[in-house]
Order: sequence, then C-alpha cells, then structure tokens
Amino acid sequence: MQLQFTPEEEAFRQELRTYFTTEIPQEIRERCEAGALNYPDDIVTTTRALNKGGYAVPHWPVEWGGQDWTPIQHHIWREEMSLNFVPDLLPFNAGMVGPVIAQFASQELKEKFLPATANLDIWWCQGFSEPEAGSDLASLKTRAVRDGDHYVINGQKTWTTLGQYADWIFCLARTDPDAKKQAGISFFLFPMDTPGVELRPIQLIDGSYEVNEVFFQDVRVPAENLVGEENLGWTIAKFLLGNERSGIARVGWTKTKVAKAKRLAAATKTPNGTLLDDPAVAGRIAALENELLALEVTQLRVVAGSADGKPNPASSLLKLHGTQLQQAATELLADIAGPDSLPVSAVDSAEEGDVADILSPEWAQLTVPAYLNYRKVTIYGGSSEVQRQIIDKAVLGL
Amino acid sequence: MEFELSEEQVMLRDTVREVLTKKYDIETLRKVTDTELGWSRDVWKSLAEIGILGLVFDEADGGTGAGPEELAPVMGEFGAAIAPEPFLDAVVVPGLLVTKTADADVRADVIGGLSSGERLAAFAHHENGDRWPHYAVATQFADGKVSGTKSLVPAGDAADILVVSARDASGAVGLYLVDAAAAGVDRTGYRTHDRRRGAQIVFTDAAATRLGSGDASSAIAEVEVVTQTALVAEAVGAMRSSLEMTTEYLKTRKQFGVTLSTFQALTHRAADMYVSLELASSISVYATAALAEGRVDPIIASRAKLQALKSARHIGQESIQMHGGIGMTAEYPIAHYASRLTAIGHTLGDADSHLQRLSASVGDWDMVTVG
Repeated sequence: MQLQFTPEEEAFRQELRTYFTTEIPQEIRERCEAGALNYPDDIVTTTRALNKGGYAVPHWPVEWGGQDWTPIQHHIWREEMSLNFVPDLLPFNAGMVGPVIAQFASQELKEKFLPATANLDIWWCQGFSEPEAGSDLASLKTRAVRDGDHYVINGQKTWTTLGQYADWIFCLARTDPDAKKQAGISFFLFPMDTPGVELRPIQLIDGSYEVNEVFFQDVRVPAENLVGEENLGWTIAKFLLGNERSGIARVGWTKTKVAKAKRLAAATKTPNGTLLDDPAVAGRIAALENELLALEVTQLRVVAGSADGKPNPASSLLKLHGTQLQQAATELLADIAGPDSLPVSAVDSAEEGDVADILSPEWAQLTVPAYLNYRKVTIYGGSSEVQRQIIDKAVLGL
Repeated sequence: MEFELSEEQVMLRDTVREVLTKKYDIETLRKVTDTELGWSRDVWKSLAEIGILGLVFDEADGGTGAGPEELAPVMGEFGAAIAPEPFLDAVVVPGLLVTKTADADVRADVIGGLSSGERLAAFAHHENGDRWPHYAVATQFADGKVSGTKSLVPAGDAADILVVSARDASGAVGLYLVDAAAAGVDRTGYRTHDRRRGAQIVFTDAAATRLGSGDASSAIAEVEVVTQTALVAEAVGAMRSSLEMTTEYLKTRKQFGVTLSTFQALTHRAADMYVSLELASSISVYATAALAEGRVDPIIASRAKLQALKSARHIGQESIQMHGGIGMTAEYPIAHYASRLTAIGHTLGDADSHLQRLSASVGDWDMVTVG
C-alpha cells in the first residue's frame, strides 16, 4: 500500500496547477469560485485555453487530441481543475458526443466534428430525455423517418441543458417503431438552426435558466449525419452514458465547498464567538469532511484498480454518494448563510448570479439558489435510484 | 498510489480465512463461545503454527516481523468469521506495549511466549469511570507492588501475565508486568454481549516489575492508534460478512411467492449498505497504509473509527431488519455480527467521541487530503 503520489505524478500535478493558474484568466476562476460564471463566454474561453495546452479532451483517442495518460493522471487532472476553480468543460462536447463520434462515426464526420468539438467551436447539446422518457430512456417516442437521402424528425425533447447556446444537437430518435424498445433507435447530429427546431426555456426553482424543451417539426436531417448504423442508437447511448458517470463524484469540487464553509463559519460572529465554535456546526463539518475523505480514497481505489480500462461497477457508488456529498455541501453553505440567504435579486431574473444590493453578502445570497439547483445532481446522469439498481444488479447480484 | 494487498498479504489472508471459516459455522461458534473459556485452544494452536500470533513483533523479539499491512487483513478475517479468539487483546495489544517499553531480555521472554501461543497476556488499563480518551489511572505503584482496581480488562480472565498501568510516587504513568497468578491479584471474570470474555482485576500489593523507565503515556497512545486501526479492519470484515449474508438471504427467501430480491424497497437499501461498506473499507485501507508509513496519528485513527462505526451501525441494523424475525434469533448468525460491531463501537471511543475530537480541530486545516 502507498498513500503518496509518485514523484512523477506529483510533478504532473504541479505542471497542471501551474497551467491552470496562469493560462485560465483569474477573473473566470474567481467567478467560478463564487458560483457566478458568465455563460457561454467563460466556458468558451476556458475550453480554448485548455485545448491549446492539450488539456481539454485528454480522455479522447490520442489521434484526436487525447492524451496517453494513466487513470491516476486523469484523476489528478479532474481534481486539479476543481481545486483551482477551472470551470467544468461542457460535458456534452468533451464527455459525450466527442468520444461517441471518435468511436462510432465515419472518418468524414470525425474530421468535420472532432477538432471543432474539442475547441468548443461547436457548442453541442443533448437530445435524449423526453417528457415520457427520462430515466426510462428506451421508451422515447421521437420519430425519424427516412425520406430519400434525408431523415425527417418529429417529436419533443426536454431537459436540454444549456441548449440556448447550442450550435448543434445530438439526438436519439426512433427509426423502427416495430422493433422492441431498445432495438429501433438511432443517433443523429444536426444544427439547432435547422428549420423545424424550436427551443423553449424552462425556468428552474433557483430562478436560473439552464434547461429547455426542444420541439422538432418535420426537421430534415441529411442521412450522412446518422452516427454509426441505423438502429444502433441504444448501443451508442449506453457507451455515452457510461462515460458520463466517470468523474461525476466531483470530490475536489465538494472539498472546495467544505473549505469555503469552514472559512465562512469562522468569519460569522455569534453571541458565543463564531459559528465554527458552535459544536453542532463544527461536528457537522467534521462529519462531512470525513465522509469526503472516505469517498476520495474510494475513488482512488477505483481509479488505481481500473488500469485495464474496464468500467468498474463501483463507479455507480461514486455517482450515488458523490452527489449526496455535493448536496450536503451546498446545504451546509446555505445553513451557514442563514438569514442572509433570504434576499436574492428579482426572483424571475434570467441573469444567473444576480444579487440584491443590500448588506447581506453576495456569497450568502447565492447559497440557496445553489442548494436548490444542486438537487438536480441526484436526478441527472442516472438518478440515485438508477445507480442503486446498477449496484444491486452488477455488484450484489440481486 | 497503491491500495491493494500484495501477493504475500493475500496469501496470508487466505490462510487465516481457511483456519477461521472452516472452523466457525454458527453452531460451532455458539458451542465454543458458550464454554467457560469462550474460544478454542485448537484454533489458537493453529494460529500459532502458521505464525499469526507473532505477526506484529520484531524477529529479534521472537516474532515474525510483519506490520500493519499484515495485521489488517488478518483482523478482517477475524471480523468476517466473528472468531472469538483474543488475538488482539491477549497478544497484539499487551505484546506491543512490552516491545515499546521493556528491555531485550523481558521482550524476548514475553514475546516469545505470546508468539508461540504458550502464554496469554492482557492490558489492565481501564478503571471504573474512565471514558475514552480520558484515563484517570488511579492505580498506584510503590515498593515493587501495584494496588488498584482495573474494571474492564479484555481477555483478563484467561491471561497468564498482565501489563498494568499505574502511577508511581512522581505521578508518572508507567507500565508494570504482573503475574496473573501472583498473590494480591483477584480476578472476577465476565462475559460480554458479543460472547467474549474479560475480567475485573483487583490488585492488592501485587508484585510488579516495571517495564522500561520514564512515562509510558506515549507508548500507550501509540498502541491505542494501532488497536483502533486493527478494530476498524475487523469491523470491515464483519460488515462484509453481514452484507454477504443479507444479499444471499434476499436472493433466496421467498415472500408472497417471490424472492425478497424482487422488492425494490429492500434492494435499494442493500445498495446503500454496499456504499457504507466501501466507505469503511476505504478508510480502513487509508488508516492502515498511514500506519505502515510510520504515521502514528490519533487524528487518522479517529477518522477511521468515525467512518467505520457509522457504517457499522448502518449495516448492523439494516442486516437484522432485512432478515426480519430470523435476524432476531440466536440460532442465526446475523445479530451476532451486529453485537460484535456494537462492541467495537464501544471500544476505544465511539462515533460521537471521535467526531468530538475531529470537530475540536476542524478549523486547523483547510482541506483533508489523502497522502
């Protein structure tokens, strides 16, 4: 057993830290730390700066800009991004459609899309979920019918995250209505400005606007924009969702939140000292911190044990518990803010990160919107219930 | 970073598993724990023969020269089988105290006897009203004799020699070797809810030999960290068995014409037990590796115990609940595991007291990081 990183890994970590803190603009990292990023500009700027150094898509195949890193290096990369407040890469590009195109698409599509996707010259969104098909993705109803050298798509998608900035969508549609659920689905790519595509925003409980409904009415998509073969969509979707789960524990992110909670608690005066002197508060922080350490070691065990590249069913554990701890951290921050968390900007403001101009500190005003927003993490990417189901089947054999 | 056991460590673990699981089905376990001694001399002999008893002691002292990374998998097997043999209490704890304080002759004598299985020792430390992490140590040493009452001495009933903590005239806490059969040693044995044994021991001017010189508090504190880490490894083994038995039960037991595993209300709770087990397992690996790197850190031990005990409560309680009525019976092993896990929870600090220790220093660091 050995707890330390090797000197090479330590040097690698240092190299990343230096790059992240010198190449990513300071003000973007500050906005990231405060939870007040400017979309889409901050994400685009960050992605391009990372891509320049070869740090935007390290898990892609090497010929398309990936890095031949060890699992531990990938882990260090992810953690250092969080610890240095580098905004998350757009998951639809880096984590989802990129690897899918590299794995399943024609050489022509690869050349057309991969460099642009890595550099965020194209902003992708995901057209998977439907009103009647969330976690039960296979029951989706959107139809694609072949018409000469086109497919004609009709239907509706929902929960399309950051779709308002998207240039293109990757989308699942049913191409064979007679096949059984999973068998008749295909995977399409098309621009969001194709005639017949209509986007409608959904405002969330925190006032934010990050998800959308997308409607398709007789949308004509060239047949060459089908990825893989017709009716191969389910296989592709499973590949994509498998990638989505990796790195979703976000231990580094939660660590930064708990560290922030400590600093803020220590700076919050009470009649008996500070909030951090309150045994109940200190105990809650210590307990959360301890679970985070146990999860970090668990993640490292999974990472260090996955050298053969096979997905480890324990990654469901990381998603399940990692998201619980993310939620616990946002909850903690909201509770430390206490009454100062009550004021926010106009409730219907579409501007994320808006605050009321009063004495309550900005950080405090942002805590409850963040807390409410983070209820999503146990729902998306396969809900906690879906993760438990995977553990039951794949690990416990139930 | 490396968290897996080496090939040798896996072999060691499998050997111990063979000895203990071959022996301890539930009927044998109950039969053995119902005897006066409460454990099996045969198993003890087997453990001595394969070199387990001397595992953590230096070869120069008559041991096998292994360390925390060997102790942990062995303790895991004791936990998995809920084997009652007092390996930790009668060998590891008193033996390590002797190796840390005594001169070479005494070390060779005591450790040799412990490693071969011929002698048993016990650490007489806890006094009535003590509560971890505070030890009053009112027992006195003067003129070559100790006097006082040690209320909870694990394995104290069967021990041949006792390592006793006592204060000398200067007020310093020292460790003293006392022959359990000596005049002035009065033992009252007891049973524990997890079917182990211990004794309350009254010393009345009992002849005692001082181990080393100077204050022994730091040696005691060091061995406490080793013991806590070992108990965590044992708890993980017991949790692993509990979860295995529970999933097996869910797969086989039928209700309303179908197996319990068809009820999501149950299987999702089993998944949460798995999460608890893995978190405990990780923290055990972490504490063990830290110890093997020479970091004898009470904070790390508290981290390990806090997580392991939280997981242990969760898994112990859920195991019984998911078994239904059968989980309540003495004929079925599951509740015995819960009992053992509870006992571990009350030994050397419970979850609340470890949380208290961590809370007190939570402002001292920015982030907790592995390594």
